Amino acid sequence: MSIDVEAWRGRAADEDAERTAAEGGSAVRLRAGSRALLGSLVRPHRRVLIVVVFLLLMQSGAEMAGPYLVMLGIDKGLPPLSAHPRHAGVMIDIGIAFAVSVVAAYCGKRGFIALSGKIGQAILLDLRNRVYRHFQRLSVGFHERYTSGRVISRLTSDMDSISELLDGGIEDLVLSALSVVSVAVILLVLDTPMALVSLVAFPFLLWLSRWFQQNSARAYRRTREAVALVIVHFVESTGGIRAVQVFRREPRNQEIFEAVNDEYRRANLRAFQLISLFSPGIKVIGNVTIAAVLTYGGYRVLHHHTEIGVLAAFLLYLRKFFEPMQDLSQFYNSLQSATAALEKLSGVLDEPPAVPEPATPRALPARAARGEIEFDEVSFGYRADRLVLPTFDLRIPAGQTLAVVGATGAGKTTIAKLVSRFYDPTGGKIRLDGVDLRDLPDEDLRSAVVMVTQENFLFSGTVADNIRFGRPGASDDEVVAAARAIGADGFIRALPEGYETDVRKRGGRLSAGQRQLVAFARAFLADPAVLILDEATSSLDVPSERLVQHALRTILASRTAIVIAHRLSTVEIADRVLVLDGGRIVEDGSPSVLIEGQGRYARLHRQWQDSLV
Amino acid sequence: MVWMFIAAAGATGASIVVPLVVQRVVDGPVRHRQPGGLLLLGALALLLGLVEALLIFIRRWTQSTTSLQMEYAIRNDLYAHLQRLPMSFHDRWQSGQLLSRVTTDLGVIRRFLSFGLIFLVVNLGTYIVVVLLLLRLYWPLGLVVALSSVPLFLASRKFTRYYLTISRLQQDQLGDLATLVEESAQGIRVIKSFGRRRHMGGLFHAGARLVHDTGVAKARLLARSWAEFDAVPNVTLAIVLVGGAYAVASGGMTVGGLVAFVSLQLMLIWPIDSLGWIIANGQEAMTAADRIYEVFDVQPSIVDGPDRLVARQAEGRLRFDAVSFTYPGADVPVLRHIDLEVEPGETLAIVGVTGSGKTSLVSLVPRLYDVTSGRITIDGRDVRSLRLDSLREIVGVAFEEPTLFSMSVRENLTLGRPDATDEEIAEALSVAQAEFVYELPWGLDTRVGEQGLSLSGGQRQRLALARAVIGKPRVLVLDDPLSALDVHTEALVEEALARVLRDTTALIVVHRPSTVALADRVALLRDGVIAAVGTHSELMATVPEYRAVLSAEAETSRVDA
Repeated sequence: MSIDVEAWRGRAADEDAERTAAEGGSAVRLRAGSRALLGSLVRPHRRVLIVVVFLLLMQSGAEMAGPYLVMLGIDKGLPPLSAHPRHAGVMIDIGIAFAVSVVAAYCGKRGFIALSGKIGQAILLDLRNRVYRHFQRLSVGFHERYTSGRVISRLTSDMDSISELLDGGIEDLVLSALSVVSVAVILLVLDTPMALVSLVAFPFLLWLSRWFQQNSARAYRRTREAVALVIVHFVESTGGIRAVQVFRREPRNQEIFEAVNDEYRRANLRAFQLISLFSPGIKVIGNVTIAAVLTYGGYRVLHHHTEIGVLAAFLLYLRKFFEPMQDLSQFYNSLQSATAALEKLSGVLDEPPAVPEPATPRALPARAARGEIEFDEVSFGYRADRLVLPTFDLRIPAGQTLAVVGATGAGKTTIAKLVSRFYDPTGGKIRLDGVDLRDLPDEDLRSAVVMVTQENFLFSGTVADNIRFGRPGASDDEVVAAARAIGADGFIRALPEGYETDVRKRGGRLSAGQRQLVAFARAFLADPAVLILDEATSSLDVPSERLVQHALRTILASRTAIVIAHRLSTVEIADRVLVLDGGRIVEDGSPSVLIEGQGRYARLHRQWQDSLV
Repeated sequence: MVWMFIAAAGATGASIVVPLVVQRVVDGPVRHRQPGGLLLLGALALLLGLVEALLIFIRRWTQSTTSLQMEYAIRNDLYAHLQRLPMSFHDRWQSGQLLSRVTTDLGVIRRFLSFGLIFLVVNLGTYIVVVLLLLRLYWPLGLVVALSSVPLFLASRKFTRYYLTISRLQQDQLGDLATLVEESAQGIRVIKSFGRRRHMGGLFHAGARLVHDTGVAKARLLARSWAEFDAVPNVTLAIVLVGGAYAVASGGMTVGGLVAFVSLQLMLIWPIDSLGWIIANGQEAMTAADRIYEVFDVQPSIVDGPDRLVARQAEGRLRFDAVSFTYPGADVPVLRHIDLEVEPGETLAIVGVTGSGKTSLVSLVPRLYDVTSGRITIDGRDVRSLRLDSLREIVGVAFEEPTLFSMSVRENLTLGRPDATDEEIAEALSVAQAEFVYELPWGLDTRVGEQGLSLSGGQRQRLALARAVIGKPRVLVLDDPLSALDVHTEALVEEALARVLRDTTALIVVHRPSTVALADRVALLRDGVIAAVGTHSELMATVPEYRAVLSAEAETSRVDA
């Protein structure tokens, strides 16, 4: 069963909307990027890695010694022993050597796994932190097109495949490679002609590996994409489960989910089928070689060119040569999967933030911002071909409360997003106290400018936690004071555990109005110089709104504010009203003056008054 | 599955026979100088080798198909189950925990099914066969090898016990981390707006640190156990070599016999070595299965009733009959003894302050939650006696917070009615004054961003309203559906909505006086109890509380203006 993905997902502005810039580039660039990332992850552990390699050599050397000691035992220890039971000296030496090798192998293996596990976990921690931090640095615009499901997919599923490799793969990978090389050397030393016969297998092995590597890299890239789609759909539909159930969306969702899940299955199947060809392929080469060496070696022993013990050891070593190849193919799988994941992650890390932190930050003139905002010939569009704001000039003196009104699409929210630097203007400059926003360190900007929207996202945790998000160091008293100032104290105390009530997933425990009050308290606690309210009171009931309204008079008195509201009740507390249309200012003045006139605001105001019963 | 085991066993069998061929070569042709026999045995070794490879191919090929099919099927089932589980489940469970079950845990199970399980069986088989062969070759040394399984058993038992705890811990920690990731991706605007990047980074680091610490502890456990697993066969090999030498010296076995013994015994190293990761793998798969079953074991508490109401014939008489409701897990009821009746075609507005239970009240109608006591009926039929799809076809809902998905506009509008025609869509869009969608780059086919974030709040709300009225449901439940609209648009929507409401039964949660005009009657909700019911003007005249809730805005503005 397959359904047309295009049909239900719809068309996006840009086909590459959900990719990072690096992924749009060539595969070579991708690989280079992921290699560089790997290098930078491993570099801090260089010193410990030397110890790890030493332990590994110790372990593999000790294990390698086994068949050699068997050979010595048969060729050198056995004849004197057979001659006389007392001539056991050589055999005892060999026994002791064996014991030493067992101890060395134990210590080597234990030390190696523990130490490499430690490094692996440190690398994972580092990588997780880096990717998470980078996602947090990337602009809101990026997040809007990349979708949260993809962010989650990068930080969970992709990390899983890397972790899987680090958990068990690396050891076998390195160990196997190591034993392949050392066995080859030993074989050459033991009996050169026989070794040359077995080394004929090499070019075939190389060819097969190359074929596998190239194809499986492609296959695994596809699985990463496919699993991201599964996650995106899963996250969205469980997040919106209320709408899903109410609108009987379940059957259609199931259909879509099964389709993306099936694509993931197919992508995996392709990768697995490649390995189910590769692994027996290695086996064929190995077994043919063993048969050849057996025949040729037997022939050489027959003609006294070599000893029986040598042949025995040779065959044992050949096993040691091809067996790890099997392991290698097993873990090649994890490697390829991890590589594909690493490519995705390095793509994320290479994505330049569209709203970057300044290279040479400028501090605000005063220690704390006063809150004067200036738009200087600002133009802006979410897409290059459609400007939302064409050449916009505006100066908001410190301490002023500015209300912005206008129809949907007039550019009100855009102004709010520009001042809080969710986006940077396409042209012109926005200044806070005379400093271009782009030159301000993020920390300073964020403590100076805070926006409250109608979105009211709450994090899981208690009510107090959510208010404290505005200022993480705040004391309990300060949290309560903030809630009281907004008028949220009453309902919070009425909750079963008061401020310690868990708000549940996305604040589901609270009503929309309650969430909005908490969001207000959060912003109030942050105490910014500039407060932006974007439709922040829309879901409040009238008494709550009245409370907030009263609170706002005191809250806004000491700071600059930009208030966007459909409800003119909020607008009335403003010192100045701006009426926008198509990104241009059509009216600008104090509310009382504008109401007296015959302009749009006066019309809106009349309409609004009529709506109040 | 059976074929897989046969193929795996066959392949292992073939590889076991090869050392025996070697023995024949050494003891036969080499010793007796018969070049002909040598070639024959060489050919036999070649044949066995090829058979082994072929069988490995068959096993892997079928294995990948079946294990992936299994993973695919379980994931589908899990998703279907989650869609059936009620809101009370989804309120309680962190979505990151659900997600990690659907992805990570299923992956772990698949890996065990495709490698661990097979190798567990095959390696056990190999072990037994090889030990039997060794006993036959030379029993005293064979016995030594057989006894070496005792320390192995003890080590693996200890390992299993510790590993189970630690892998469960890690998987839970990963689930928590996934939740944090999800919240910080979805709450990115709030985080940015408050400049809490470092704060969140700190939280994430703390969570990742826990995963790291568990990972390191796990590595230590693995190091100790795997090194033990490794040491056992090596010690045995040393004993066999020394003992074997004496046996050959005393004539107990031939040189070829010793060579064969040792090479057979070397075949045990991999099965024993792999025991460590097979156990680890198996434990992880068991943990994962446990975690998945935790979800499967939750029975959907809101299930289909036996009856079906034909949507066209439904009258739409909605009744709340002594309804009380307490959220699962809470002690205090949100709604107490609600009695309400909405006549067919009537519109009842619900008014009350924040937290008085309005949203809870309307959520009961489409059975997002079930009443704790009392009942809700439509046309005299208890909603619990109806099939869910039938009920939800009759009841159309719009929430205050519009949930949109990153899909095409059309798909978002027709969520539950994939068969809606373009005319029906156009009609719904005009009621909601949402014709703006036709101006999007690809009209109805345009993808709206996740949660519809590329649209403004008002636009999203209008889409959600259009979605509710599409197909003209008999009963409409609207939870403050116009809060984000500007005055002008609100007036237009109300005008259009009034036409729709004329012959639809409707329950509307209202915050604004303007929207009350849509209603025939109003019910005032206070602390989960109906305080008053009547027409707007009656309540304005007689109930001071109602005036306070609804008209305060007018008062303030008049005073201030």
